[in-house]
Amino acid sequence: MNRRLAGWALLALLAWLVVEPLALVAIDAIRIDGVWTMQSIRAFFVERNEWRAAWNSLWLAVVSVVLGALIGVPLALATRLVDFPGRRLISALLALPAVLPPLVGVVAFLFLYGESGVIARAVMAVTGAETPPWRFEGAFAVVLIHATTMYVYSYLLVRAALASFDPALLEAATALGAGRWRAIRTIVLPLLRPAIGNGALLTALSSLASFSAPYVFGGGFRVLPTQVVTTRLNGDISVAMVETLALVALALVALLLASRLGGPGTRGAGKGLAPAPRGSRRPVRIVVGMLAWGATAWLLLPHLALLVVSFVPIGAWSNTALPSAWTVGNYVALVAQPARWRPFGTSLWMATLAAVVAAIVALSVAVAARDPRQRLSRTLEAALALPWAVPGTVYAIALATMFSRLQPSAGRFVLIGTLWLLPLAYLVRALPIVGRALVGAIRGLDPALDEAAASLGASRWRAFRTITLPLLGPALAGATALAFVTGLGDFMTSVILYTYDTRPVSLEILGAIRQGEIGVAAAYGVVLAAVSTLAFLYAERSRRLV
Amino acid sequence: MSTVVLQHVAKRFGETAVVQDVSLEVADGELVALLGPSGSGKTTLLRLIAGFEQADGGSISFDGEDVTARSALDRRCGMVFQHYALFPHLTVGENVAYGLGRERLDAPAQQERVAEVLALVDLDGFEARAVTELSGGQQQRVALARALAPRPPVLLLDEPLSNLDPSLRERTRRELRELVRRIGITTILVTHEQEEAFDLADRVALLHLGKLEQVGSPEALYRTPATRFVAGFVGRTATLHGRVVGSADGHLEIDAAGIRWRATGPAETKGAVHLLVRPEGVWVDATGTLTGIVRGRRFAGATTVLTLLLATGEELDVAVEASEVPIGAELRIRPSGIGAHAFPDRDG
Repeated sequence: MNRRLAGWALLALLAWLVVEPLALVAIDAIRIDGVWTMQSIRAFFVERNEWRAAWNSLWLAVVSVVLGALIGVPLALATRLVDFPGRRLISALLALPAVLPPLVGVVAFLFLYGESGVIARAVMAVTGAETPPWRFEGAFAVVLIHATTMYVYSYLLVRAALASFDPALLEAATALGAGRWRAIRTIVLPLLRPAIGNGALLTALSSLASFSAPYVFGGGFRVLPTQVVTTRLNGDISVAMVETLALVALALVALLLASRLGGPGTRGAGKGLAPAPRGSRRPVRIVVGMLAWGATAWLLLPHLALLVVSFVPIGAWSNTALPSAWTVGNYVALVAQPARWRPFGTSLWMATLAAVVAAIVALSVAVAARDPRQRLSRTLEAALALPWAVPGTVYAIALATMFSRLQPSAGRFVLIGTLWLLPLAYLVRALPIVGRALVGAIRGLDPALDEAAASLGASRWRAFRTITLPLLGPALAGATALAFVTGLGDFMTSVILYTYDTRPVSLEILGAIRQGEIGVAAAYGVVLAAVSTLAFLYAERSRRLV
Repeated sequence: MSTVVLQHVAKRFGETAVVQDVSLEVADGELVALLGPSGSGKTTLLRLIAGFEQADGGSISFDGEDVTARSALDRRCGMVFQHYALFPHLTVGENVAYGLGRERLDAPAQQERVAEVLALVDLDGFEARAVTELSGGQQQRVALARALAPRPPVLLLDEPLSNLDPSLRERTRRELRELVRRIGITTILVTHEQEEAFDLADRVALLHLGKLEQVGSPEALYRTPATRFVAGFVGRTATLHGRVVGSADGHLEIDAAGIRWRATGPAETKGAVHLLVRPEGVWVDATGTLTGIVRGRRFAGATTVLTLLLATGEELDVAVEASEVPIGAELRIRPSGIGAHAFPDRDG
């Protein structure tokens, strides 16, 4: 097999799946009924509503970044540097929002803080009020959800950076007379700058792309992703495309800003051992431990509410603080009633298919792009990462545009309304996850292994099959599991591309809530969360085996 | 400047006793090397002195003052880490100034001190350079300057030369020795290389499995090893099985390999012994009563070391001047009277 040729073939595949749909969106923005025009762009800049949505997206991203870092960075420092009781458990629990589907998180918030949520009911029971004391809606609700779920990016990246932190740097500072705070301020934080910057970037991109929270809780608070969908439903395709481009532009600005945050990173010349939690004084351990436990309880409380609600029979909970009856009926219903089971089955096969194909594509790309010095490698890598920078809503619209008509010469087919469009969308959304893991893993392999195999007479294929593939196995399995999870819980691409017969589980959850079957919706959410957590644990374990 | 006194210092990690009952006195201005193979506890001992680890037993004092309960922050030892641990985001000057209370160079007094210690390590004018763009040898000297800047009571060096190219190591070692002597600072150095310890240190403390085997000058360790481990670790030895037959003027008389040897060894040693013989412990002599067949040869500059197979099946090294003795030749040798050390053989 000619490696270069394969590389170009893969690049063509990625161009077809990722680049062309986005290009079509750009063209549609400035071309109406076959005529080039700036009309839609002008409309975007003139309309106050449009401006407001863009402005809302922007400040929401900034606030999410700041609050996310304020929650995530201290928690990362606390769980890495201070040995308080239950540290390991807290560390793992805090990482959970990274894998829970955003819609499940949003539904969990609804059940906790919503007007018929646990807290509102408790207040009503205490005060005897007839109507809910508040409406959980608007900018405040979205900000709260963003801050308490997106902190996870700062948290995970700073934790990872601390893991490779040379502990001798801290000891050197101590021996030179720097106390704990001075060492953190002058050594740890400056060296964490790249990790904090990357955390901010991920938070900004997620916030810009965030659809579930503003969609469910926004009320009159419009941001670009929800605005795009509304505009498109109103039939104003061209303006929707301009809004889409505006969203991409904001994401690109975030990427540019983040790339300026360079730095030497945390690696000293040392062995890069994770610093053992330092022998802090007792009061420090107790205070930090209590704060970390408290923060974790607060952050995970919505999911607890989700669990509670999933055991409540329909109609059995009105104006008491706690439900009056309990049941496992909601879970039984998921399996026993075909109409309820079908969306789950649909999501399962779509996510599985997408994850497996994404793994195969990403593996091929990883093999072709193994040498980071070649330009083709870097191009392939960038193409693989592109879907990650584009908000899911945007990509869904791009796919819908691309596959809305037959034009085989441009690689366009009619897939809209069929059951193939969603798996395709999941596949492309999963590519960056699997791709990054596999490219990293294959570059971590010693090239001398291949050379050794070749010197022992193994063909390139045999060397790949018997040496490279088994060594990549754990990374491959772990990344595929994560890709499966993103497809399984996907909402923001599904809501644009689904058909009623192939509606995935996320839409069924919203449907159940609309029909007042909150127990069933919660049960769906709990199962999704459980499956996601298991896949995440499996991925983590696989990664450690590498 | 100060003295360092360790009394019965002990440290366990879980079930493993890493340092056991170590007592050691380091005089003011003295340079002591902690020498031992990996796992001997030498680095842990250094970290106990610095305060990065807390001792489970015993006491540590600087200049008569008990510092056992003090944290590393309050001990303020000057420490040079194995990989230097230079702060990668600070300049050379900022690194050196860190121990002077701040990382920015604004106060003139600090600038002066920084320039002074940088001059000490031959890095005049390097203040504004990034530490990441320095060579390994320069980084090592910055680490040394940073440790010395706050005028610490003790200087601790953790394998200070292990990260350097062999070509650079000897020169750096010489510079390090001169610098430390000139400042007159009490210094404790960890190394696993015997040559490094012997070259640098006034006294060497040899550690094995967390215990202090012997403390003394390099000569004392080589000439009168206190234990079988010391004799085997310091310099090259071959081991023969022997038996004590008597003693005279502080030496033991040993029968081994069929002849009589004169050896140092613990007084009162009786019965079966291990006889450790250095290459200079035997001479090639046509009148010798012991014969051996040349099995191997190793060029060592001025001398060549031949490995001989004895009639007992044991092997023995002998140092000869540049020789053309072929492999398989038979040589006659006799003990030289030095370089033989006997230790009780507990199994025999």
